[in-house]
Order: sequence, then C-alpha cells, then structure tokens
Amino acid sequence: MGLKILTEHINVPGIETLEVYRKHGGYRSVEKALKTMSPDEVVEEVKTSGLRGRGGAGFPTGMKWSFLAKPEGVPRYLVCNADESEPGTFKDRVFMEKNPHALIEGMITSSYALGANTSYIYIRGELMFVLRILEKAIAEAYAAGLLGKNILGSGYDLDLHVAPGGGAYICGEETALLESLEGKRGNPRNKPPFPAVKGLFASPTVVNNVESIASVPWIVNNGGAEYAKIGIGRSTGTKLISASGNINKPGVYEIELGVPVEEFIYSDEYCGGIWKGKQLKAVVPGGSSVPILPANLILKTAAGEDRLMSYESLSDGGFVSGSMLGSGAFIVFDEDQCIVRNTWNYARFYHHESCGQCSPCREGTGWMEKVLHRIEHGHGHQQDIDLLVSVAKQIEGNTICPLGDAAAWPVASAIRHFRDEFEWHIKHPKEATLPGAVYRGQLATIEA
Amino acid sequence: MTINEVKFSDAGMAEIQRYISHYPEGRQKSAILPIMHVAQAEFGGWLSPQVMDKIAEILNIQPIEVYEVATFYTMFNLKPVGKHVLEVCRTGPCCLRGADQMIEMIKDKLGIEEGETTADGMFTLKPVECLASCGTGPMLQVREKYYENIDSEEKLDQFLEMLRNTEVETPYHQAQ
Ligand SMILES: Cc1cc2nc3c(=O)[nH]c(=O)nc-3n(C[C@H](O)[C@H](O)[C@H](O)COP(=O)(O)O)c2cc1C
Ligand code: SF4
Ligand code: FES
Repeated sequence: MGLKILTEHINVPGIETLEVYRKHGGYRSVEKALKTMSPDEVVEEVKTSGLRGRGGAGFPTGMKWSFLAKPEGVPRYLVCNADESEPGTFKDRVFMEKNPHALIEGMITSSYALGANTSYIYIRGELMFVLRILEKAIAEAYAAGLLGKNILGSGYDLDLHVAPGGGAYICGEETALLESLEGKRGNPRNKPPFPAVKGLFASPTVVNNVESIASVPWIVNNGGAEYAKIGIGRSTGTKLISASGNINKPGVYEIELGVPVEEFIYSDEYCGGIWKGKQLKAVVPGGSSVPILPANLILKTAAGEDRLMSYESLSDGGFVSGSMLGSGAFIVFDEDQCIVRNTWNYARFYHHESCGQCSPCREGTGWMEKVLHRIEHGHGHQQDIDLLVSVAKQIEGNTICPLGDAAAWPVASAIRHFRDEFEWHIKHPKEATLPGAVYRGQLATIEA
Repeated sequence: MTINEVKFSDAGMAEIQRYISHYPEGRQKSAILPIMHVAQAEFGGWLSPQVMDKIAEILNIQPIEVYEVATFYTMFNLKPVGKHVLEVCRTGPCCLRGADQMIEMIKDKLGIEEGETTADGMFTLKPVECLASCGTGPMLQVREKYYENIDSEEKLDQFLEMLRNTEVETPYHQAQ
C-alpha cells in the first residue's frame, strides 16, 4: 500500500463531521500555522514541498503564491477551483463529498498564508449536493471558532463561502471562473493582467484546485522538505487519479507519483486490469484535453523505458509520443472501442463548451465536430484527415484561453496514432457504420 | 403571470439573502447564479421571463443582465420542463461504459427525443456533458441527486419507476 496523505481517513465513518475529523488529527495545521508561523513561513514550506497545481497545468503552487501582489489597503482573495468539469475527472467531487473538512482546513491554512480574509470555493452547479455538505461543515467550523473573527485567538479573521456555477466547462478556466463568480457569463479574460494582480473584484487573487489546497495541511504539519521526499524527481507528493473506462475497478486512487503505468492499470491495488479479460487499446492519461496514447506508448516511452505516473514521464516524447498528467483523469480504452467515435464525441464536447469569444476556437471546434461526425457516419472523404490536422493546427496557440488547445490536442493525437483507423472508416463506410464495428489493425474485423 | 405575482417562499427568500450576504457591498450581482438555482427549484424547474425579471429586481440590475447570464449556462431551462428532468451524461468516458446505449433505451421507452418532454409531463430528456462521475457511468442526474451505474435495461426500468413515484422537493430547506 502506498503512502496516503489525502485519503488516509477518507473512509472513516463520520469523517465528514468536525468531531471525528479532529479526532483523526484534523485542523492541526490551522493551530500550527496561525499560532507558530508567519504567513511567509507557510508560503516557504509550500515552495520547498515542490507541490505542483493539481488542476491540470502543474504550475508550482508556492511560486504562484509568491507572485500575489500585496498593495496596501486592498483585499486579497483565495478562490478554490472546484469546477471539476474536465471529462474523466471526478477526484475533487469524491474528495469533497467524503471529507469536506479536509478542504476547509486547507482553505484556512492557505488563506492565512496569502493574507486573504474572505475566500470562496467555486463549485460546479451540478454538484449542489456537495455544496450542501461543504456548507454544513463550514457551519461547524464557524461554531468551533475555526472560521470567522479572531480564529483560535490568533487575531486572524477569515470568512469562507461556497458559490455554485451554472453548468459550463469553461468556468474551470481560472479567469472565466472569476467572471462567473462575479455573476457574469463565463468568458475568459485577456491576460495580462493576471489574477495575481487583478483577479476577483479587481483585487489580487490566487486560484487553486481543490487537491492543491487540500495538500497544504500535510505540508504545514510535516514540513515541505518531508513532502518533497515523496514522489519522483520534480513530481513530488501524492496525486489523486480518477480512473475510468474499461477497467475492472474504476474509482479514485491516491498514488505516490512515480508508480509505473503498467502497475497502475493491472495491479489489484488500483485499476485491477482491463475488464472482461480484454486487451488494452489506448489511454487518455490526464483528462479529455490531453493527447491519447496507444497501448504500447502508454506502457513504455518511445525510448523503451517504463512509463511512470509522473508529470515528466507521461510527457516524455512531447506530443509526438507522449502526453500529459493533466488533472490525473486516467481514461482506459479496451480493444472494442472506436477511436473515431470517441474523437468525435470529444470534439462535440469542446464545440459545445467553447465560449465563442475567439474565432479559431468557436469556428474551428465546430468544423472538427462536423468533419468527425461525417467520418464516423460513413460520409468522410480522404482529404478530411488532413483537413482535421490543419484545423487543429490553426486553433492551437491562437486563442485567448487554453480551451482551444484542449480541443485541438485530442484530435491531432488521435490522428497521429490511429490514422489507419480513420482511413479505414473513410474507405469502408458501410462496414464502419455497422453497430459495434471496430477496426482491429491490419485485419479489420467486425463484431456486431 | 406578471412579475408582481412571482413570490418566493420564505425559505427561498432567506436563502437568496444569505447568498447575497456572501459578497462585498455593491457586488450583489455575484449572487445571480445561486439565486437562479433557487428560482428554478421554486418555480417548476425552469426560468420564465417574469421570474428572471424578478431576479433583476431583487439584485437591482437590468433584466438583460439576468437573461445574458441565464442563456450562457446549461443548467438553466428557459422553457417549461417535465416533472423530472433526466440529465444524462453523454460524454466520452461514460460512453466507454455504455452511455450511448442507455440514452437510446430512454428514448425508446419514453418515446421522446433529446430535449423533449413526455406527453404526461412526467419526464424531460436532457443530455448533458460530463458530470464528474465517470467511474460510475452510465449515470444521470435528476435535480440534486446522482444515479450511477445504470448499466442494464432492468436497472433503467426500476429507476424510471422509482421516479414516477417520487415527489419533487426543494432541498435547500435542509441546508444550514
Ligand atoms: C478550459 C479549462 C478548464 C479548466 N477546468 C479546471 C477545473 O475544472 N478544475 C481546476 O482545478 N482547474 C481547471 N483548469 C485550470 C485552471 O485554469 C487553473 O489553472 C487551476 O485552477 C489552477 O489551480 P492549480 O494551480 O492548483 O492547479 C481549467 C483550465 C482550462 C483552460
Ligand atoms: S479559446 Fe475558446 S473558450 Fe477560450 S476564450 Fe477563446 S472562444 Fe472562449
Ligand atoms: S463522462 Fe459521464 S460523468 Fe464524466
């Protein structure tokens, strides 16, 4: 069993209550930070820990915190990103639902480090039932003097609120999230200015993922240097992985970064192997936005080394033969899955979720959806494959926010690794559109 | 209905005031999304123009500001819906586990297409994108609840039957 930092107590009965949570060491980091450490000392520990943002981009959390502007007399905000809408990702939901106080503890300790006196948890609107769990826990924390004025007699004040979204993937992008939190449409902002200078209500703001914030208490309790010993290389600590798709044991697993991918897929401690005794075809290792990899390239890098569950190893080979850890959403495809159909599904998703501000994203996602739809439905042309590659290229890097890239990468990578499958669909429209039809390498067979 | 006839329950109004109190002076518009959720729960699962005008009045903003927000987010229904809105996840990871087939089964059983409501007003079918429950797909949401692993016809039948016998509640009354 690997080390559990975030989920050690997650299945303890009653852990969602303050009493049981405290019995298991809960809120120690608040006592320690507020009573014995300066805010800057907390920031230093987080820097030392090497913790990297768990929302997808992997930006070092301590560094992000040290960029926060601190003009006199202007409030600062910490906003927790609990939008969790990236297809394949469900770790934050499970974590908050089971152990709400663990996030609240992280919010208090982190807000103290940043000098924020009001903080928000922005949660996707569909998770209203989780909002209620969080609000109940927040009420308990207020009653125990862990929130509100003069927390534990330290002189530090903090109000914490939960705000629901309204159903929009783009509101996970941090500036769209801030717009939404201000009660507007979720259109990403032009940067600069960055949120660290001008964020919520035009004040300096840090936006962090649920899991990033929930990792802070352990770092405060045990020291950044201890945290940095966990994991591998620059991938320090543990990571929650949302495992889904055609595996025996889907679910959320906390891993020490550096576990071999093969072990993660096949061992009983994690995914438990491919379901129904089938073969592995492909994996999207970090949420729908990251490149898909065929079985051989997810298990080994192009150089023949074991692929590990870490930021560096998963991206080894760049976009030619690698992918990304992203949000840690590990989506597994068995041999019966159709890559064309899946790519079309993702393209439709991004077209649906584009906010429409930039033409390359708005129009390009629409084109990709349309072309993939016609290939999947037996009306594709041979030129369509290159057309898709060209549209994806024109979106990439030409937009206000990274949703454009997120839409382009799945399409570009599917064609890179599964081009023959796309060609087969176009050449054999009749066979390809039969129910359950799947391309199986050189010898295309159909199992209805 | 005119805007003057739009009346929130006391509990709903208290909930609205509570959300407004979470934001700094002059930033009351920030509470618009939670208020729309309360309104949708109170007024039959959708937001009529009159309800939206009422929200504008409460927040002291222009009605257009409410409309433009309401049309951006997928959770707000801008025309009447059935008693139970089946928000079925149709995104990739759930499809790996049979979501496409489940959506087809629902259409067959209820005799409706996506976006439609059954003649008896009981169900509306509304496919949605990933609901952060991909490990337990096929899954769907009805109001504030998730129903997971609906992976056989039998389970779907039981689920629909259960809903037919379920009354609608406004769950925020249990909050705080
Ligand atoms: C389209 C899009 C969607 C995103 N969705 C999420 C999300 O649901 N949750 C999240 O934490 N970060 C999401 N992000 C990343 C955030 O913009 C931001 O980088 C993150 O919240 C920072 O937190 P971290 O540094 O702790 O990872 C998204 C980014 C983009 C471009
Ligand atoms: S890239 Fe797409 S989602 Fe992002 S701002 Fe532009 S149009 Fe909106
Ligand atoms: S894909 Fe259905 S819940 Fe995520």
